[in-house]
Amino acid sequence: MFAYIVRRLVLMLVTLIGISIIIFVLLRVVPGNIVDILFDAAGFVDPTDKANLEKELGLNLPIYQQYLNWIGGLLRGDLGYSYVSEKPALDEILPRIPITARLAALALLFSASIGIPLGVISAVHQGSRLDYALRIVSLSGLSLPSFWLGLLILMASVSLFGAMPIYNPNPQTWTEAFAIYAVPAMAVGFRSAALTMRITRSSMLEILRQDYIRTARAKGASEASVNYRHALKNAILPVITVIGIEAAFLIGGLIVTETVFNIPGVARFLVEALRWRDYPIVQNLVMLIAVVVVVANFTVDMLYAAIDPRIRYTD
Amino acid sequence: MRSVQALAVAALLLLPAYEGAAAAEPKQGGILRMYHRDSPGSASIHEGATYSVNIPFMPVFNNLVMFKQDVAQNSVDSIVPDLAESWAWSGDGKKLTFKLKQGVKWHDGKPFTSADVKCTFDMLMGKSQQKFRQNPRKSWYDQVNDVTVNGDFEASFELKRPQPALLSLLASGYTPVYPCHVSPAEMRTKPVGTGPFKFVEFKANESIKLTKNPDYFKKGLPHLDGIEFTIITNRSTAILGFVSGKFDMTFPTEVSIPLLKEVKAQAPNAVCVVEPNNVSTNIIVNSSAPPFDNLDIRRALALALDRKAFVAIMFEGQADVGGTMQPAPAGLWSMPKEMLETIPGYGPDINANREEARKLMQRAGYGPDKRLAVKISTRNIPIYRDPAVILIDQIKSIYIDGELDVVDTAQWFPKVARKDYSLGLNLTGNAVDDPDQSLYENYACGSERNYTNYCNKEIEKLFDQQSVEKDVAKRKKLVWEIDKKLQEDVARPIIFHSRSGSCWQPYVKGITIMVNSSYNGYRYEDVWMDK
Repeated sequence: MFAYIVRRLVLMLVTLIGISIIIFVLLRVVPGNIVDILFDAAGFVDPTDKANLEKELGLNLPIYQQYLNWIGGLLRGDLGYSYVSEKPALDEILPRIPITARLAALALLFSASIGIPLGVISAVHQGSRLDYALRIVSLSGLSLPSFWLGLLILMASVSLFGAMPIYNPNPQTWTEAFAIYAVPAMAVGFRSAALTMRITRSSMLEILRQDYIRTARAKGASEASVNYRHALKNAILPVITVIGIEAAFLIGGLIVTETVFNIPGVARFLVEALRWRDYPIVQNLVMLIAVVVVVANFTVDMLYAAIDPRIRYTD
Repeated sequence: MRSVQALAVAALLLLPAYEGAAAAEPKQGGILRMYHRDSPGSASIHEGATYSVNIPFMPVFNNLVMFKQDVAQNSVDSIVPDLAESWAWSGDGKKLTFKLKQGVKWHDGKPFTSADVKCTFDMLMGKSQQKFRQNPRKSWYDQVNDVTVNGDFEASFELKRPQPALLSLLASGYTPVYPCHVSPAEMRTKPVGTGPFKFVEFKANESIKLTKNPDYFKKGLPHLDGIEFTIITNRSTAILGFVSGKFDMTFPTEVSIPLLKEVKAQAPNAVCVVEPNNVSTNIIVNSSAPPFDNLDIRRALALALDRKAFVAIMFEGQADVGGTMQPAPAGLWSMPKEMLETIPGYGPDINANREEARKLMQRAGYGPDKRLAVKISTRNIPIYRDPAVILIDQIKSIYIDGELDVVDTAQWFPKVARKDYSLGLNLTGNAVDDPDQSLYENYACGSERNYTNYCNKEIEKLFDQQSVEKDVAKRKKLVWEIDKKLQEDVARPIIFHSRSGSCWQPYVKGITIMVNSSYNGYRYEDVWMDK
C-alpha cells in the first residue's frame, strides 16, 4: 500500500510537470499576447511601444527561459505579477479561491445529497410513476445548460421576489448570504445531481437483484436497512467515481455560473485572464486546477479501499 | 430644412438635458450604484482608448476645461473652466494661455500647480522622462510645440500653427490633468486626481469604488457620497440587476434598442433615453491589393450599400446615415442632407445605385457567371459581426460573394496593420465631435489609425486649411467638401452612425447623456439622488 501511494505521488508530480509544459506552450501558441490586447483598445499597434512593453513584461525572452523563470518562481512561492492589474498574481488568485471552493463544495454537496437518495428511491420504485417522474427530472438536469438554468433562476427571482441572488461581498442577512451561494450552487449542481441519480439508480438496480439482498429481506431486515445499509453500501463505488470525475469537471460549469451570477471566483477570473492573455494568472490558475483534479482523483482511489475492504492496492 | 436643423441644435444647446436638471434643490448623500460592462485594463484614462476607462475614472479627475456636463451637445460654446479659471488665445492664434485655480489639492493632499499641467502634456507629447505604457492620443498634440508655465498658476500651449480645435480636445474626458508626483504605473492602479470623487479600490472583474472628495474645490459638490461600479460582463444579468433595483443606473450608452424595450416593459418607471454616440460603422477597404485596388470595384461596393436596411435591421430605425462627420442635429459638422444625397451610394434609389454598381463590376470583368469571392474580416463581437453579415447579403446583388472571416480581438489590429484583409467591417468612435480629431486620425497619410492607408495630399491640404480656420461657418463648408470627397474616394465607406440607450431609476437626477461623444460626460459631480 505504501509503495502504491509513493508511486501515485510520483505519477502526480510527473502529470503536473507535463501539464505545466502543455499549458505554457499552448498559451504562447495562441495568436496574440497581452500587448496586442492592450494596443487593440488603443486602436493601433505602435511597434516601438509594443517592443518596449514586451521587454518590460519579459515576453521577449526565449520561451524556455520564460518557462524556467515561471517554474523557478513557483518553487519559491513567487507566482509573478498580473500583466493587467500589475499586482502579485498570488494576491489576485488567493481571495478568489475560497469563493469558488465554497461554491464547488456546495454544488457537490447538493449533487450528492439530492442525487443519491433520489437514485435509491427511483431504483427501489422501479417502473412506478415516481420512478418515471424522477427519471424525467434527471433527464432535464442532464439536458439543461447551466447558464440557461442560471438565467431562468435569475429571471424568476426578479419576477417573483423583485430581487436577484447575485454576489454581494457583504450580505446583510443570513438569507442573502445563503442565497448568493446556494442558488448558484444548485444551478451548477443540478446536472451533477442528475448524473449521480442515474448512476445510483442503475447501480442500485444491479445490486438489488443480488442473492444477499434477498437473504437480508428473508432474515427480516427492514426495507430501509436493506436499501441503505446493504444495497447502497455496495452500489456506492461507481457513484463515488462519478462524483470524483464531476468534481474535476465542475470548473467548466462554474465558469458559466460565476459569470451569470456575477460571482468573483476563480473560474470567471480564469476566463477574463485568458481574454487578456494574462499569462501569469492563467498559468498559475490552470496549475491550481490541475492540482485539485489530480488530488481529487487520488482521494477517490484511496476512498475505494476505505469503503470496500475487498479492494487492496498492491505493488 | 436648415432652419429646422438649426432650431434642433439650439434646443440641444440651450436646454439642460432631461427633466432632472430642472428639478428641485439637489439632495446630498447616497451611493450611486451602477454596473460596468467589463473590467477595464487599467485606471489610467490617458493610457486607455475605451469609455470603459473614462466612465468610472473621469469623476476622479479634472481637466483644464471641460464640456459643460448638463449640456448634451459638446461644442466650443459649451466649454467651461475646470482646473483653469480662464483662458485666452493670443492674437495670432498660436498661443493658448490658461490661468489656473489656486488652492486646489490632489487627493493625497499635495497642491496642484502649473507644473502638473506641464508634466501631463509633456508626457502626452512623449517629451518627458516618464512614459506612458501606451499613448493612444499622442497625435492630438501634434501641433503643440511646447507647454510653458509662468509661475505656479499659469500654463500656456505654444502651437506650431493656429489650431482652434485644441480647446475642444482639452475639454474631452480623455484629457485629465495628472499629478507630477505620481508615476504612470501608479496611475494605472491607484489613480490620484483632483476630482469630485476619490479612488477607493479597483478589484479586477469585481468592482470599482469611488468616494466623495470632501475637499473638492468646487464648493457644494459633489452631491453623492460615492459611486460604486459592479463589474458584470453578462449583459442579461446586468439588465436584470437594473430591473430588480440593484443598480441605480445602467452602464451609459450600453443598452441596445431591443433590450431597451425589455427594460421599459419590466421597469416602467425607469428613465430611458436613446441617443446618438458618434460611433460610425464603416468598411475598411484594402486598396493596396487586388481586387479593391480597382477604383471601379470600390465604387461599386459603395453603390451597393442600402444603409437604411442596416439601420432598420440593427436599430429598428433608430440610427443615422451620414458621412464621416456625425449627422445633424446631434453632430455639429455633418454636410446638409441634399449634399449627402449627391454622393454615389447615398441616393434614395437603391435599385438604380445597384444597377450602376453592376455595370462597374462588369467593366472590371465580373458578372453573374464570374462572381468575385472575398472575405469580409471583422472582430468576433456582435456589433461588428452583425453588420458584416448584412453587408455580405447586400453585396451579393453586385456579383460579390462575401465570406465572413471572424478575427479574435487580439489579432484584429495586427491583421489590419499587415493589410491581411480585403474588406473589413470596422467601428470608429470619436471622442470629440471635431474634424481635427476625426480627419487626421482616420484619413491623414501615415496616421496609425488610418487602417486603409488612404493618402491624398490634396485632401490633406484641406485638412490643414480647415484646422487653422477660425470662422466656424467657413470651416464647416471646408469640412463638408472634405467629407464628400472622402466618400467619393471610397476611403472608408461609412454605413451608419449608431445610437444607444441608457436607463436610470427615476430618483437619479442630473444625468446627461452626451449626444455627440461617448467619452466626455461622466464627471458626475452634479448628479444626485432624490431619495
